Formats: sequence, structure tokens, C-alpha cells
Amino acid sequence: MTTAPRLTRRRALSGALGAIASVLAARQALATPDSAREWLASLAKGTPQAGKVTLKAPEIAENGMAVPLTVSVDSEMSEKSYVKALYIAADGNPNPPVAIYEFTPLAGKAEVSLRVKLSQTQNFVAVAEMNDGTLYKASREVKVTIGGCGG
Amino acid sequence: MADDIKPRLRVPSTAKKGEVVEIKTLITHPMESGQRKGADGKLVPRLIVNSLAVTYNDKPVVNVTMEPAVAANPYMAFFMRVEESGTLKFVWTDDLKNSWTAESKIEVS
Repeated sequence: MTTAPRLTRRRALSGALGAIASVLAARQALATPDSAREWLASLAKGTPQAGKVTLKAPEIAENGMAVPLTVSVDSEMSEKSYVKALYIAADGNPNPPVAIYEFTPLAGKAEVSLRVKLSQTQNFVAVAEMNDGTLYKASREVKVTIGGCGG
Repeated sequence: MADDIKPRLRVPSTAKKGEVVEIKTLITHPMESGQRKGADGKLVPRLIVNSLAVTYNDKPVVNVTMEPAVAANPYMAFFMRVEESGTLKFVWTDDLKNSWTAESKIEVS
């Protein structure tokens, strides 16, 4: 008499866990480094080189709701040579685009800080477009303990 | 709800000619990503501040296009080179084309 309900509860529990696991799997299936790459490629035409771009973010973010990120680009920001645009993506988010910055030489220094929602452990990818059309790229991994999407 | 949305600025009021100053801004806004489900189990429609335009004496300094991944109460910090006294103007716009404006004066000493 007493064992029957226990069994069903256990079964119900394992069923629920299975459901959670499949939801998590579905979430991860949404994660799209490829679509991040495509988005960046659609904006910044050409092949980005390594260097010049520095990403600062915590190695481990406890809360994915607001992960601080600082992106700086090495540039003198003069009329002759400046960063025209900076594209930032998070390659494991359901929607990888994060932000686009467009600068003029008046900015004086190509460095920006912002806070980003991250759904899971993933990479920030930043591409800088200089006024002469050259592209620079950098990425940085952030481990996320609690995701910051949906809920 | 729109009444709760307030821009905040942290901008120096004086600068030396040619100095590069840091500008910090924040606007209180929920930044609904369109991915979150509400209490009724339905998706909450997307409503975010999608752009911030910064000008100094009407000359563009930085334009930011924001996506839903930008965290709630979007904080944005960046720099500007000050060559002359003037007014720094910020305009935030959301998905419904509502906009909020803030201004700050910088005196070159």
C-alpha cells in the first residue's frame, strides 16, 4: 500500500528531471556561435586580424543578468586614424548581437563599458572596424553560473 | 511605467583643453528581451531601449545600437575628447519610439 505512491512519486520526479534536462538541451541547441559569426560578418566585411581589441570581463559571472564588459581598441582616435565602429556579440545567447558602437574622432579614446545578459557560459566576440576598413577581432570566455535569459 | 524611466549622467563639469574625459550614463529601463515568460506563461513582448546617441555641440561623438542582450537599466560608459566648452547631449530611444533626453555642460578651463 505504501510502496505504490512512492514509486509513482519517484517516477514523477524522474520524469520532471527529464523534462528539465530536455529544456536545458533545447536551450543549448539555440546557442549559436555560427549566427554570431554571420551577424559580425554581415556588418564587418572582410577578414578580421587579431590584436588591437581588448575585452575585459569576469572569468566567472555568478549572475548572467548583468555581466560587466569593457571593450577597448588601441587607436589614436585622430582624424587620420580612428575606430569607426565596434560590434559586440555573445556567441551563446539565443540572440547573439549585443551592441554596435559608432565613433567619431571626437570620442578621443575607443573604450566602452556596459553590462550584458548571458544565458550560459560562452564567449564575447568583438570586432573593431577602423576608418580605413581594416578589421580587428578578439574574444573572451565567460563562465556563467546562473543564466540571464528567460526564467 | 514610462514615468519610472530616468536617465542619469556622470560627466565632469570642467576639463582641460584636449583632455579625454570619461562619461558614464544609465537609464532605468526594464529592457524586456522578448524571451522571458510572464506570470501567465506567455512571452512578455520585447521592449528595449535600442539606441543612444551622444552629441557635443551637435557634433556626433558616439552612437550606440543596443540589442536585447544589453542588461536591464542599461549602463553605458565611454570617452570624449574636450576641445571647447559646450553641451553634451544624450538621446535614448526605445522600440516604441519614445525618447528621453539629458544634457550636461562642460566648461574648458
